[in-house]
Amino acid sequence: MAGTLSARSGKRRFGWMDALFAVTTVLMVVNFYLIFLWVPKEAVQGNVQRIFYLHLPVAWIAYLAFFLVFIFSVLHLRKRSGRWDRWAYSSAELGVVFTSVTIVSGIIWAKPIFGVWWTWDARLTTTALLWLIYVGYLMVGAYSESPEKSSRLRAAVGILGFVVVPINYLSVYLWDTVHVEPIIGGGEESFLSSEMYTTLMFSLFTFTLLFFVLLKVRVMLRSSEETITRIASD
Amino acid sequence: MTYWLAIAAIVKKDLLLEVRGKEVVLAVSFFVLLMVFTFNFAFRPGSIPNEIMTPGVLWFTFLFAGMLSFQRVVNSEQENGCLDGLMLCPYGRDVIFIAKTISSFVFVMVVEAIAIPIFAVVFNLSAIPIQLILIVPVATLGIAVIGTFLSALSMNTRLREVMLPVLMIPLVVPAVIGAVESTGDAFDGAGWAAVQPWIYVLIIFDIVFLVVGFLTFEHVLEE
Repeated sequence: MAGTLSARSGKRRFGWMDALFAVTTVLMVVNFYLIFLWVPKEAVQGNVQRIFYLHLPVAWIAYLAFFLVFIFSVLHLRKRSGRWDRWAYSSAELGVVFTSVTIVSGIIWAKPIFGVWWTWDARLTTTALLWLIYVGYLMVGAYSESPEKSSRLRAAVGILGFVVVPINYLSVYLWDTVHVEPIIGGGEESFLSSEMYTTLMFSLFTFTLLFFVLLKVRVMLRSSEETITRIASD
Repeated sequence: MTYWLAIAAIVKKDLLLEVRGKEVVLAVSFFVLLMVFTFNFAFRPGSIPNEIMTPGVLWFTFLFAGMLSFQRVVNSEQENGCLDGLMLCPYGRDVIFIAKTISSFVFVMVVEAIAIPIFAVVFNLSAIPIQLILIVPVATLGIAVIGTFLSALSMNTRLREVMLPVLMIPLVVPAVIGAVESTGDAFDGAGWAAVQPWIYVLIIFDIVFLVVGFLTFEHVLEE
């Protein structure tokens, strides 16, 4: 806590977070170059397919974010130090943002390719449900009586919310087995060229880096928020 | 052994309170009746065959009825500081969780036992399929486990009436899918084999949430 405050009052130096931010920015520009200019146009879907290089990494990271919420929530309930709650909360916020991007980019991609905005397939439905669950998670925090209490209650929601993912997936899968087969890793069906693979992996790396930079920044902000709340309530 | 006696004591107290006060079953059964009546107007007459419409209407009615019951069963302990008394008991908080889940389960099962024949009459179903004997308890247990856990959780927030459905509905989706699909199959006259995968999904759901609820409940109920 003291570190955060002294960082504000002391002179601002170029720290490793700034360096990481700069690297992420450069990589993101390169990433967009690869996605929109470098990678060849996909034969069947055309330019629309380029959204895939955004959609897939963002979706993976959304799931990673909620997995981290689960881990941090368990740690919070065990240790009760407030530190893990900050990580869990920040990760949940980012998870909701990344899930929103996933859903919107998926909708934009689905319309020209599958002819519909939305279909109730297992992955879509599970992702949409996760979004609803973690908005609930953020609401529990907002409507609790005390910060300590809200951190415990949200941790419980963070655990339940992630545990339900496989059951959700299984039940929706059984409910609607007519769904889109995965494009990558599909054996002979797979039509990902080496440039496409490179672009995808580069994009995944860049977005993962972006996620962790944003997570760290959000945790630092949250720590400052908590300090200010504490000072104000004293 | 004393662990189970403690659970039995709380359940017995809840049942006795219900027999004397009739606060949950009677009121919620009437609510279910109202839902059946009003749901009729949600669909244009004859547009959807009753066999297709009934499973969805049935389980959404039970889900809403359940939410009313769970909230009542858990929140009733807040009156006169009963909850503090319960928490002072020399057992873990999980005793309260298990006991409240059992009470909620029993109440909702009674409501369902009253409601299903009414449904059959109102929706002109020729017979009530035998598979419901297994489907209804397994699905109700899942809904009761989550409902009890989240009622206790939302009890500690402002806007508790809103927080319960907001948290509960997305979490309970697998149970609702399993219940609606298996009930639909049963109404279609499908045998046990068709219903079986859904029963398994529902059992997995029940076990997972019982275990997770059991492990985390003490953190939810803490002053």
